[in-house]
Amino acid sequence: MTVEELHELADRERERQAGVRHRVLYCSAAGCVSCGSHATRDAFKAAFTRRGLTESEVVGTGCMGLCGQGPLVKIHDDGVLYERVDAGLAHRIVDEHLVEGRPVAEHQLDAASPFFASQVKIVLENCGRIDATRIEEYIAVGGYEALARAVAELKPQEVVEEVRKSGLRGRGGAGYPTGLKWDIARKAPAEQKYVICNADEGDPGAFMDRSVLEGDPHRVLEGMAIAGYAIGASQGYIYVRAEYPLAIERLKLAIRQAERHGVLGSRIFESGFHFRIDLRIGAGAFVCGEETALIRSIQGRRGRPQPRPPYPSERGLFGAPTVINNVETLANIAPILRHGSAWFAALGTPRSPGTKVFALAGKIRRTGLIEVPMGIPLRRIIFEIGGGTPEGTEFKAAQTGGPSGGCIPAEHLDLPVDYEALATVGSIMGSGGLIVMDSTSNMVDVARFFMEFSRDESCGKCAPCRVGTVHMHDLLRKIARGRATADDVALLEELCETVKETSLCGLGQSAPNPVLSTLRFFRAEYDALLGPVEVFTPSNPLARGRGPGGS
Amino acid sequence: MITLAVEGGPVAVPRDATTTHPSGDNRFKLLDRAINTHHASGSALIEVMHAAQGIFGYLEDDLLIYIARALKRPLSQVYGVATFYNFFRLKPAGRHTFVLCTGTACYVKGADRIQRAIEHRCGVAFGETTPDGAVSLVAARCVGSCGLAPVAVLDETVAARLTEDEAVARIDAWDAATEGVGA
Repeated sequence: MTVEELHELADRERERQAGVRHRVLYCSAAGCVSCGSHATRDAFKAAFTRRGLTESEVVGTGCMGLCGQGPLVKIHDDGVLYERVDAGLAHRIVDEHLVEGRPVAEHQLDAASPFFASQVKIVLENCGRIDATRIEEYIAVGGYEALARAVAELKPQEVVEEVRKSGLRGRGGAGYPTGLKWDIARKAPAEQKYVICNADEGDPGAFMDRSVLEGDPHRVLEGMAIAGYAIGASQGYIYVRAEYPLAIERLKLAIRQAERHGVLGSRIFESGFHFRIDLRIGAGAFVCGEETALIRSIQGRRGRPQPRPPYPSERGLFGAPTVINNVETLANIAPILRHGSAWFAALGTPRSPGTKVFALAGKIRRTGLIEVPMGIPLRRIIFEIGGGTPEGTEFKAAQTGGPSGGCIPAEHLDLPVDYEALATVGSIMGSGGLIVMDSTSNMVDVARFFMEFSRDESCGKCAPCRVGTVHMHDLLRKIARGRATADDVALLEELCETVKETSLCGLGQSAPNPVLSTLRFFRAEYDALLGPVEVFTPSNPLARGRGPGGS
Repeated sequence: MITLAVEGGPVAVPRDATTTHPSGDNRFKLLDRAINTHHASGSALIEVMHAAQGIFGYLEDDLLIYIARALKRPLSQVYGVATFYNFFRLKPAGRHTFVLCTGTACYVKGADRIQRAIEHRCGVAFGETTPDGAVSLVAARCVGSCGLAPVAVLDETVAARLTEDEAVARIDAWDAATEGVGA
């Protein structure tokens, strides 16, 4: 395909859409499908036939955001958004809204409400807007333009420079500058280099990457191809969780379409640049989100991390220089090249430019997928966008970063969301899971819950993590059951420091975070569960009738 | 040439045919195809195991030996990979599968209570299958439908905002439809 052909294709698709009488978009992401959005689609089709509305179409799109109120439907003609659309309501919408021009007010969502108005969409700009199963729709909204421009007009180092100037930082959680990573890989002398997309979204309570892959897979492919061009790689891999069958299906389809249209494969846009993408399906191991473990897994081995350095950008997959970026990071690449690095750098905060996608869940009124500018205070996310905790309950903590993060109490809610600010309260940005807890949550048990997760997912390679997580979990269980003393808490704190300082990879280094942050902000809950320190004396050989460590 | 006694009389098998299975089970042809698409490369081990589990339902020892030989990898490594990843099953699954999401959002909304109720109902713990082979209880890390928490996936259909009573009722319904579930 040439650039002219790309523009022609875009024009043709725009004309086709303009010719459609009514265009109804329904959310076909996992959340809404679970609520029966396929039945909604069928009802719309039946209603079109019943009313003789030919030249109308029902289109499945990616996540529309408000997952708790599904199935969601958007009328493309006028932008009206509906919640909880069952089959009956679908018929009413066609009769009253489309035919008679009177929107069904009681199911209408207000687009000016804070949930929608406070968001800034870059990564999710096409989610809920285009049909993820048709490359034409992606191209019609400017898709693959950035790749075409990069290949035709820019030198690889100019692409790297543009990404570096944008200030984009890794969205997987650690926040390493993407441009720097690319530059190291670009400069590494090697015949063969690789680009890997880390789609092993393992944090429980996080579904941002899945939504992007399901709703806008071509955006990720385009970002990968641009990365490939920038560093000089001809092969990319997407490492995606087996638990995301719909995302896998959509990616397979998207890769096939992209190859057929010549935006992936050989001689992309008539240049000398070749780039292929293959899928690798994960098999359920949290540690594979760690880049060196992920590389091992792609090579068909157990996902056990390797010491760094060497970093993958110097020596990664099959020993070759490899750039590993998270889904959300790669989804930012095409917009950066399209609008320029200055545009991106102006969004968010100077240290953390751009936006961040969060999966908002837990004890909150409006759950779903949101994208906000970096630097927005947590309070606005939770109370304006999320609507606060359900009636009759009180906000207690916001958990970010999953098993690697911490719990942020009410007094720190005015903290701006960026990498450094979250670290000051012992949490991390993480990949974007944001779980709200109310007064019913027991914070000691929350810490135990996450430690159980880390214990089960520890790969067992290094002793601090393998042994430490087991002991920390046992101590937390002992405390939660009211059988511990202040000595146990002191031991727990000591273990936290040891595991944090001496573990091989990020899993172990961050596993103590949920314990440390709950100890820091909710210590009273720990103290309330403690018994008196029992001293073993000859007259009291079996204090309280239990041996040491009994649980 | 060696001959093998299989159903329908002895069949001649070429001596170098390392990738056909002596049982004559046709499903191995499907597996061979999957192995060939990856050029029998050892780095495709996980892909091949996914294919094998898709074809056979679970990875029994015989199958692991077969894969190890086809990909020319030591059996220890194949077994190591099979046991490392949660997704691979070494035992057959029950006729029904109850996948309970144990992600953070579901935990905050009481998935642990559902877990206890279901374990009590079925008489086995999550990660196990009832002795009669009726139901497998699987604890998922996160199914990513946090907006609908607590969530379970029952035989591929998602049950949103589940309660303990509802969860037990679903198992009862399976019970009524077939011959018995658990204890």
